[in-house]
Amino acid sequence: MLTKRIIPCLDIKDGRTVKGINFENIRDAGDPIELGALYASQGADELVFLDITATNERRKTLSELVTRIARHVNIPFTVGGGIAEVEDVNVLLQSGADKISVNTAAFKNPGLVDSLAREFGSQCIVLAIDTRFEDGDWYVYLNGGRVKTDRKAFDWAKEAVDRGAGEILLTSMNNDGTKQGFALDITAQLSQNLHVPVIASGGAGTMEHFVDVFEKAQADAALAASIFHYKEIEIPELKTFLYGKGVNVRF
Amino acid sequence: MKTAIIKYNAGNIRSVQFALDRLGVNGIVTDNPEEILSADRVIFPGVGEASTAMRYLKERNLDKLITSLQQPVLGICLGMQLLCRHSEENDTPCLGVFDVEVKRFTSPVENLLKIPQIGWNNITGLHSVMFEHVPENSYMYFVHSYYAALGADTVAITNYVINYSAALQKDNFYAVQFHPEKSAEHGSRIIENFLNL
Repeated sequence: MLTKRIIPCLDIKDGRTVKGINFENIRDAGDPIELGALYASQGADELVFLDITATNERRKTLSELVTRIARHVNIPFTVGGGIAEVEDVNVLLQSGADKISVNTAAFKNPGLVDSLAREFGSQCIVLAIDTRFEDGDWYVYLNGGRVKTDRKAFDWAKEAVDRGAGEILLTSMNNDGTKQGFALDITAQLSQNLHVPVIASGGAGTMEHFVDVFEKAQADAALAASIFHYKEIEIPELKTFLYGKGVNVRF
Repeated sequence: MKTAIIKYNAGNIRSVQFALDRLGVNGIVTDNPEEILSADRVIFPGVGEASTAMRYLKERNLDKLITSLQQPVLGICLGMQLLCRHSEENDTPCLGVFDVEVKRFTSPVENLLKIPQIGWNNITGLHSVMFEHVPENSYMYFVHSYYAALGADTVAITNYVINYSAALQKDNFYAVQFHPEKSAEHGSRIIENFLNL
């Protein structure tokens, strides 16, 4: 039976992880490879690396990092952040990334999703959506949540899937950072109506929140960052807890 | 020992090379017939679309080369599907090592099925030297929209709405639908077992 996936997210700047405290078992918590390999050994099902570097050297630094990750990490990983062109994706996949995620650039140029799916296959194209609930609906935000649009998240997700996106990574800005739980309603709406997996993100604070997003919202995967980086929840105990609640997970 | 990874127009080849690196084995990515024929082990990986891949192989006569190989061959994902008789993906005749039909997952009316299947699923009914020290019900990482049906050569089964072949084996040909190169320790063990045949 296909399992629900637990996905730690690592923010990367200039080849280093941005958040994270010192872990006993690794020498350098700022090293994405060491942290990624630690999560993999603890039972993480996939990893997401989100690059927030804003320099001209970006593409080169990132592709070198991706190669190092691919060399050392034995589970699948997605790379995202600022990807705007087919060539960016080509470089990252050639470097060893399993999937890439696109966000703002795909919204501004939806044809990018078609091009990427045609060129590389839907299975490696993750569409990331940042969304906020206001005035009675969930709206798409761009540029890391700084720019509002008048497009509804569900409509954009559906269009992107029709264009060839293979997975949706949905982040609720209302929930992100609150530790009050995932946004169950919009996650459920996407998961129940789209024929691709939905990764829920934003709001994880307790292990019960993961049960809710899998059972009540039927998310296929759940992503979190700080609770893992600050060891508020560790992956082995989370998986044991989920298993005890009847959620199918991998050990 | 020389291990060749067949180079063609499909993705994910680098990951296989890195997985070999982690086992201390240098895999040579090549489409050179002599290099492939002289290798002790041949890996036929791939993520992509069946008809495009078959056309590419035929144009370079790699189709005949692959089926003529006598050394152990490991097909992975699309590589496994191409070793089957025929794929529904753009109605593509394939290499025919395994007498198995490759079909597309179909969603039952009452329950929306996510296609492609993406993620970790368990493998059962293991009976191949590939799976030595790999426990029954181990989880492997799958990404696919098409599956190989069950047949006489099935040596592992997975369920996604229906039971299908997670692995096939016949003579010197071994094949897995999942990605051992991305399936943590158990996946690595399968690659190691293949190298140690």
